[in-house]
Amino acid sequence: MSSLNKNSLSNIIFSYFPIGMLFLSVFNDFDFNYLKIEYFSFNFAHILIFFWTLKNPDHLGYVSIFLAGIINDVIIGMPIGISSFCYLLICTATAYIRNITLSPNFINDWLSFLFIILLINSILVSILDLIFLIEIDYLKYLINTGFTFLLYPIFFFFFNFINQKISFRLND
Amino acid sequence: MATSRDDFVIAFRSAFLKKKDKQKFSLLTLLFLSILVIILSNYNFKVIQLIKIGINEFTYRASFLISTPENKIQKINSQIKDHLKVYDNYKNLELELEKLKQKKLTNNFLKMENEKLRDLINESINSNEILARVLIDKESPFLRSIILNKGTKDKLKIGMAVVDEVHLVGKVIEVNFTNSRVLLLSDLNSKIPVVLEPIGMQAVVSGTGGTNGKIQYTKEEYSDDINNQEIIAYTSGLGGLFKPGLPVGKISRINPHEIVFFSDFKQLEYVKIISLNIEDNN
Repeated sequence: MSSLNKNSLSNIIFSYFPIGMLFLSVFNDFDFNYLKIEYFSFNFAHILIFFWTLKNPDHLGYVSIFLAGIINDVIIGMPIGISSFCYLLICTATAYIRNITLSPNFINDWLSFLFIILLINSILVSILDLIFLIEIDYLKYLINTGFTFLLYPIFFFFFNFINQKISFRLND
Repeated sequence: MATSRDDFVIAFRSAFLKKKDKQKFSLLTLLFLSILVIILSNYNFKVIQLIKIGINEFTYRASFLISTPENKIQKINSQIKDHLKVYDNYKNLELELEKLKQKKLTNNFLKMENEKLRDLINESINSNEILARVLIDKESPFLRSIILNKGTKDKLKIGMAVVDEVHLVGKVIEVNFTNSRVLLLSDLNSKIPVVLEPIGMQAVVSGTGGTNGKIQYTKEEYSDDINNQEIIAYTSGLGGLFKPGLPVGKISRINPHEIVFFSDFKQLEYVKIISLNIEDNN
């Protein structure tokens, strides 16, 4: 009985891991820059949303992503709705990739990720600069995009490990 | 050719409209909803403002609670560092205290002289201070701001100056019922009118998004006037929002167009919000 309880608890923890991490990251707004390195920043939410909506969308609902975007905007202080829009564009791209891909390939996913984050950051910067007239540092967005792209493989292997655990437990 | 176009359309339509078993809304619905939210959030209807304030109140409080463990770890880390440097800090502080004692005597005289001169022109400056705690100070690379635990219920208004002890750190840009957002001096969108002393030149301090700011819109070039003296930027009070004389920062010795802020924005725990009231008694 106790082993059953333990199993179900770990199942719950693993299945809610993507949503938990997403909300934790937007509420905490962490960028892992504990060394305070100038210019170093990356968008953890973009990596997380891209991976999970591509590999296992059942564990990261679109409504949760929409809400996480709203929270992110409030915390950062950007006009409400912009992050939700960008996050959902990632979801659209991953849904499209899922539909056209027969055999998933890490390199293809990684390059698609670069294209998508460049696209959504361009949209984000254009909206902020041209519509809301908020002064922004283009270089920082570019560096952020670069680091987000470079760090994707590390998180890919970590999330893949969690995803395998989830799939294994569900099929068990 | 036609087949590949059909495939694209089918894949695209499927991505937008098809709901998976566990998804309650299609992506297209949510995309439209987010565009609607972006548009609505820019209108100043009372209902929208109230919803916005509600979302802000909830999110700021929740973020404060969720960030507690991380903040504790950071605090412990900085405490350990402080303990390791305690002897060096003590020696530096001793030297600094001596200098400050000497400066205080001159300052007291200048303060009295200033009050007398204001009396002569029948002008008085009253300011009220409200102490506030920093709820969230997440350093986003895109917007430098902090959230305080004081709002309209404490009579806070947009534009009020925020200081850390005596140094200016920013101004209030958003006020909710129990909390408010302060735009830090380091943000790209921050512009503060200052006076550079002792050369007495008016300027504007703009944020750079980094740790330092830059001096802009001076009447003439001042690099030659510096002559190795320490130039300090104080609020000029020309915008009518800030109390004049709040120290902002000092001109960098390496680059005369760069300003090093006095306050360390990463270490803010408690700040004071200053409301200004200039009375002309003529």
